Amino acid sequence: MRADALVMAIVAAIGLIAGGEPARAYSVYVSNEKGNSITVLDSATLEVTQTIPVGQRPRGIKLTPDDKYLLICASDDDTVQMLDVASREIVGELPSGPDPELLNIHPSGSTVYVANEDDNLLTAIDIADKKVVAEMEVGVEPEGVGVSPDGKTVVVTSETTNMAHFIDTDSYQITDNVLVGQRPRFAEFRADGSQLWVTSEVAGVVSVIDTKAHKVLKVISFAVPGVQPEQIQPVGVRLTKDGTKAFVALGPANRVAVIDAKTLEVEKYLLVGQRVWQLAFTPDEALLFVTNGNSNDVSVIDVPSLTVVKSIPVGTAPWGVAISQH
Amino acid sequence: MQVRQLALLLLLLAASPRCLAETPAQGEAPQQQPATATTVPIGYLKQEVKKVIPLSRLKVEPEDIGIAGAEIALTDNNTTGRFTKQQFTLEVERVPVGGDAVEALEKLVQRGHHYIVVDALAETLLRLSDAVKGKDVLLFNVRASDENLREKDCRANVLHTAPDRAMLADALAQYLVWKRWQRWLVVKGVFPEDLAYLDMVRRSAKRFGATIVEEREYKETPGARRSDSGEQQIQQQMPVFTQGAPSYDVVVVADERDVFGSYLPYRTWDPRPVAGTAGLQAMSWHPAHEQWGATQMQNRFQRAANRFMLPIDYQAWVAVRAIGETASRVGSGDFAPVSAFLRSDEFGLAAFKGQKVTFRRWDGQLRQPIIVAGPDLPVSTSPQEGFLHEHAEVDTLGIDEPESECKFQ
Repeated sequence: MRADALVMAIVAAIGLIAGGEPARAYSVYVSNEKGNSITVLDSATLEVTQTIPVGQRPRGIKLTPDDKYLLICASDDDTVQMLDVASREIVGELPSGPDPELLNIHPSGSTVYVANEDDNLLTAIDIADKKVVAEMEVGVEPEGVGVSPDGKTVVVTSETTNMAHFIDTDSYQITDNVLVGQRPRFAEFRADGSQLWVTSEVAGVVSVIDTKAHKVLKVISFAVPGVQPEQIQPVGVRLTKDGTKAFVALGPANRVAVIDAKTLEVEKYLLVGQRVWQLAFTPDEALLFVTNGNSNDVSVIDVPSLTVVKSIPVGTAPWGVAISQH
Repeated sequence: MQVRQLALLLLLLAASPRCLAETPAQGEAPQQQPATATTVPIGYLKQEVKKVIPLSRLKVEPEDIGIAGAEIALTDNNTTGRFTKQQFTLEVERVPVGGDAVEALEKLVQRGHHYIVVDALAETLLRLSDAVKGKDVLLFNVRASDENLREKDCRANVLHTAPDRAMLADALAQYLVWKRWQRWLVVKGVFPEDLAYLDMVRRSAKRFGATIVEEREYKETPGARRSDSGEQQIQQQMPVFTQGAPSYDVVVVADERDVFGSYLPYRTWDPRPVAGTAGLQAMSWHPAHEQWGATQMQNRFQRAANRFMLPIDYQAWVAVRAIGETASRVGSGDFAPVSAFLRSDEFGLAAFKGQKVTFRRWDGQLRQPIIVAGPDLPVSTSPQEGFLHEHAEVDTLGIDEPESECKFQ
C-alpha cells in the first residue's frame, strides 16, 4: 500500500473506532458572476476541485432533481446553459428569454421557471423538449422564483413592483399578489408548503407569508450591533427540512442571520465574508455554504454548532450556490 | 401628450396579450383595468428657459428631459397598479419662456391634481409654492439645487428629489479627501450660481479636511461659445490662466453655466485632475451607472426614450415612483394619507442606490447616495467609507438636522 493511502486507511479506521463517520463528499457548485465560471468544491475536503468556464455573467444556478444537470442562468448570453455533471461540460441550452437572473425547477424535474429581469416575464420551459411552454407577465424586474413542494404553485417576486406573485403551475394564471417590502429578491417555501419566505433587500426585512391565506404572517427585521441599518440587505434565504431554522444572507452586513423558524425570532448572526447573497445546504444539512460576492469567497457554516468553519476563495464575484442532492 | 392620449396608450399597453412564439400559453387574461380601479393623477410642470448652447454638443439638454423619466416611472407605477387596482396618469404642462407658471399650476390644480412634479428655477418654484399654500397640493422639485429652498425659504408643500449644492459639494469633497487629494486650486466664474456653488465647496472643504490653496476668478466673457478656430486660442489661454499656483492636487471649478469649465481638463498648467462643475462631477445619476440593479433601469429607460437617462430624468422618476409607491402602501391616492406617508419613517423607495431613499424630516430633501463620475463612467458613490454619522451615513451629505435653518412655512 502506498504511504498516503495507508495514512488515509488509518485515519478512516480511527474515525470508525471513534464512532464518527468520514464526512460525505458532496459537490458544491458556485457561479462566479464576473469570472464567467463555475467553481466546484468538495464538501468533505472543503477544497476547490475544478473551475469550469461557462457563459457570460452566470448568476442563478440549480441542479435538476436527479443531479444530472446543473442549470446556469448566463444572464449576458440571454440563455440558460445545461452543464452535464458527469462530464462537467456544457451540453445544451434552454430558451430562457433575455437576461435570465434566477431559475427554479418543478419537483418533478419536468419544467424550469426562469425570471427574465429585463422583460418583466416569468418563462416556463420544458426541459426535455427545450421549448418554452408559457410566458407570464409579472411585475417590474422579476428575480426570485420559488416552487411549492407540491408543485402546484410557482411564486415570482418583482423588485420594483415589490410583490410576490402566486402563479398556478397548470393554468399559468396569476392567482394572487402579495405586497412585500422594497426590492424583494428571493422566495423560498417551507418544506411543508405552509409558508413562503420572501426577502426584501432595500427594506431590510423578511416577510413570512401564509400560503393558504396569502397574507403576511410576520415581517422579520434585523439589528446587528455596529452595523448601519442600511447595510442590512437580505437576499437569499433557506429553511431546514424540519422547519426549525431559517438562514438569511444579509448582503453588505456581511452576516448570515439564524432564525428560529417556529417563533420567527432572530437567534444569532454569523459573521461571514463581504456581501453575502446566496446559500445552500448539503443534503444532510450538516453544512451550509454561502457566497460572498465582494470578497470572492465562500464561507462554510457548520449547522449543528452554528459556527463558521472556513472561507474558501473561489472565482470573481461568486453569486449562486447549488449542492448535489444525493 | 394629452392626458387622454396617454391614458389610452397605457390602457392599450396593459391590454395587449403576449402573442409571441407559436404555442406558448397566454400568461394572463388580457389585462384591462377593472372598473373598480382608482385613478391617481400626477401633474408635471416644466418652465422652459432660454436655451444656452453648451461648450460640448454632447451636453445639449434633450427636449423631454425629466418628462421621459416621469413617463417611465408612470409605466412602472401602472405595472404595480394592475395588481393593486390603481391607475396613474401623467399630465404635462409646458410653460414657454416668459410664460405664467403660476397660471399653469392653477390650471393643473383646478383639474384635480394634488401631486405636481416641477422643473423650474428656484424663484419660480417659490412663487408656485406660495400660490398653492394651504391647499392639498404637494410639489416635487426635480431641478433647483439652491440651498435657500432647503433652508430659510423651505416650504411645507415642497419635497426635493434634486440634490442641493451642499449635498453635491459634500459628495465630491468626501471622495477627494478619501483619495487624499486635499489641496484644491479653485477656479471660479463670476455668476451668482458659481458663487453659490463655491460657498458650498468652501463649506465642504472645512467639513471634511481639504485646503483651498488659492481661488482664481475667470473673468473673460467669451461671447459666442463656438467659433471655428477657437480651440487654438483656448489651448494657449487655459495653461497660462492656471499657471503659477501654490502646490495643489486638484482643480476644483465653480462654473455652473459652463462658460469655461469644460475647457480646463487636460489644459491646466500642471498635470492635475479637474473636478467640480467640470471633469469629475457629483450627480444623482449617470447614464453608465450599473450598480445595485441600475442596468435594468437604464435598459428600460433607453428602450422607452431612445436616449441616455440623465440626472433630471432620474429625479423625476424618483418623484413619480415615490407617489406610486406611497399610493400602493396606503391603498389610496388621497392627499392626506399620501402626504403623511411620504414623510414618515415607513416610506422608503428602492432607487438603484444600494439603500432606500427617503425624505428628510427637517427640510423635505431626498436623502440619497450621490454618484461621483467622470464623463464616461461613475468613479465612486458617496458617502465614502470612513465618514461617520450618528444615525445614517448618507446624512453626512448636505445639510444635517442640527444645522438646519429650515422652519416650514
